[in-house]
Amino acid sequence: MSNEVAEPKKKKSKKTAFDTPYTVKNAIQRGGMTTKLSMPVMGFGNLAHRQIAKGIIFLAVEVAYLWFMITRGIHCIAMLPSLGWLEQEEVWNEAKGIYEYTAGHNSIIILLYGVASIFITIGFVIMWRGTLKSAYKVECLAREGKHINSFKDDIADLFDGNLHRSLMTLPILGIVIFTILPLVFMILMAFTNYSKETSSEAAHLVLFDWVGLKNFGTALSTDNSIGQNFWSVLGWTIVWAIFATFTNYILGMILAMVINRKDTKAKGFWRFCFVLSVAVPQFVSLLIMRTMLQPEGAVNILLRNLGILEAGQSLPFFTKPIWARVTVIVINIWVGIPFTMLQTTGILKNIPAELYESAKVDGANAFVTFFKITLPYMLFVTTPYLITTFTGNINNFNIIYLLSGGGPTINPGDTAGKTDLLVTWLYKLTVDKQYYNIGAVIGILTFVVLAIISLVTYRNTGSYKNEEEFQ
Amino acid sequence: MKKQTTSYKAKKRTVNILIHVLLAVLAVIWIFPITWVVMISFRAEKGSYTSSFLPKSFTLDNYKKLFTDTSILNFPKMFMNTLIIAIFVCIISTLFVLAVSYCMSRLRFKMRKKYMNIAMILGLFPGFMSMIAVYYILKAVGLSEGSMVRVALIMVYSAGSGLGFYIAKGFFDTIPKALDEAAFLDGATKFQVFTKVTIPLSKPIIVYTVLTSFLGPWLDFIFAKVICRANADYYTVAIGLWRMLEKEYIDNWYTCFAAGAVCISIPIAILFIYMQRYYVEGLTGAVKG
Repeated sequence: MSNEVAEPKKKKSKKTAFDTPYTVKNAIQRGGMTTKLSMPVMGFGNLAHRQIAKGIIFLAVEVAYLWFMITRGIHCIAMLPSLGWLEQEEVWNEAKGIYEYTAGHNSIIILLYGVASIFITIGFVIMWRGTLKSAYKVECLAREGKHINSFKDDIADLFDGNLHRSLMTLPILGIVIFTILPLVFMILMAFTNYSKETSSEAAHLVLFDWVGLKNFGTALSTDNSIGQNFWSVLGWTIVWAIFATFTNYILGMILAMVINRKDTKAKGFWRFCFVLSVAVPQFVSLLIMRTMLQPEGAVNILLRNLGILEAGQSLPFFTKPIWARVTVIVINIWVGIPFTMLQTTGILKNIPAELYESAKVDGANAFVTFFKITLPYMLFVTTPYLITTFTGNINNFNIIYLLSGGGPTINPGDTAGKTDLLVTWLYKLTVDKQYYNIGAVIGILTFVVLAIISLVTYRNTGSYKNEEEFQ
Repeated sequence: MKKQTTSYKAKKRTVNILIHVLLAVLAVIWIFPITWVVMISFRAEKGSYTSSFLPKSFTLDNYKKLFTDTSILNFPKMFMNTLIIAIFVCIISTLFVLAVSYCMSRLRFKMRKKYMNIAMILGLFPGFMSMIAVYYILKAVGLSEGSMVRVALIMVYSAGSGLGFYIAKGFFDTIPKALDEAAFLDGATKFQVFTKVTIPLSKPIIVYTVLTSFLGPWLDFIFAKVICRANADYYTVAIGLWRMLEKEYIDNWYTCFAAGAVCISIPIAILFIYMQRYYVEGLTGAVKG
């Protein structure tokens, strides 16, 4: 990524390489009759120039889209501003002698279908632009008397010049449906009152409304429980991410260096011991750790059997805030060090030996060499990795949720415990408490925090400023 | 002069001994929980927490119960669920990852830079922030009930795999372009180059991608929990093991949890140890990238 940012010249020349005369603007301004007719009737230009199959496909797409919009889409989008108003009602059916329920509006479904319809419309607009370009291109080619691709040629081209289209379509479709669409949906939810909390009669779980930026105000102000929780959770999340990232990074690197020393015997064996602990699935090892550290768990029992603790006494690993916070950081070290060891071993070997030799000649001891040569070199090479680890730690759901569950919670009214990260709190708010709108706000704020941190650190690092230093 | 070298040697030896002792202590700390869970899985005493650290007697009943007692927590079924899901996810994800990585590494097209930037931005959102929405989408298309839960999980696990192209792209970048060009001169299409030149040269990264995507469903916990909800019939192994430690089950299932953990961990550990060199290669390649 870094080298591509630093080469603006190359980027420009690349862009011009993709420029073609067959743009939408040119098609509208200079296109002939067949191209103009392709605007309302997709595929007309292709049909007129004997690209029958292609034209029929384009036309079919348009018909399908129009059919969808008339039967469902327009209604779905029209409902978006109000999100529905009709409540479900009980109606006495005299003929049958029973109560019947009239179908009310369901805001969540309205929102989902509305957003999906907008996505389909955007997809259609992209298709429309494509067909217009195609019509214009075929018109130009016909005018110049050049070869017009047959359907067979087009198919062949999908495996050659247009290979990226055939390879990328399905993955991108997956990402749009299962990542981008849900994300937009959740972001929109942050601007509604879809929550169990705000409603006294719980009506907002079926019918809800747009409330603008109110939820952001709730989350950011300090005069309510949610806001107070937010700032303390944010503070702990950042402290956690810093500790979790750097303890693992430095200790793991030292471990790798100790194992790789010339004089260390049985290197493979030591490496195997540490790798074994990460080879066990993470949720298994975390659940094991959690049970071992319970008040009646293995560690406390062991300490009692050894006489260090008296009978009935136990160390409060997950029950006192400070203990719990230190415990999760220490266990994260246990989980993370072998990974860092694996990842840094190869890079450590790449450090030029001359650097170490000249340091030795100058009489530097191990500490000086580590802080003056190894660490700067490693920081330089692994900055992208460090940033991903840091963001990964901010979003580190598994460790917290499976170990402490976010607890201990001190005030009974609080929604967040003392070890809750933004993500685990987000999970609790949405899945357990059903405060969907506040959860969405927390998600957006997490993204903002992450984006700021990654951008600032990335711009201030050596690998961004001067790429050539160590090369 | 001679005295000095001997004292230097003596110092070196003590340092060496100290370091080996330190490594031994650390290795014990790291191995301790694993040996402990193996030990618990053979423990004969019932119940969850006991007052002695070492079990008083050993048995194989925990394993028997795990695979035969299917009335409440049906472990064999969970195992089969996870296996079926993992196989499908593995096939789809591998195809997606390889296709996208190849496009990013070798093909040049207008959307390439944009796609990479969007992938980076999407990576910054908390992964399961959209989970609730995903659940509603699955519900809207009727994939949230009954045996369709499996299909839903397969789709959820594999749909986003087009975003995880960094490592494989880093690997493809290291394959010399001259090979591609030679093939083009012989009249090969880009697709032929992809399938006949790049793929045969990429065994390490294919093995890596296959294994990581196969492991995904075994290790994930959050998505499975949200999508399965109360559908105990379609639980994956991860939720099953987690459930065994819940308050209502822990008394009966504590030692079975240990047995289950051992059963799941052994194959996964073997796969992981086998794949770690690809893991390291892929990463160092990507950092150099």
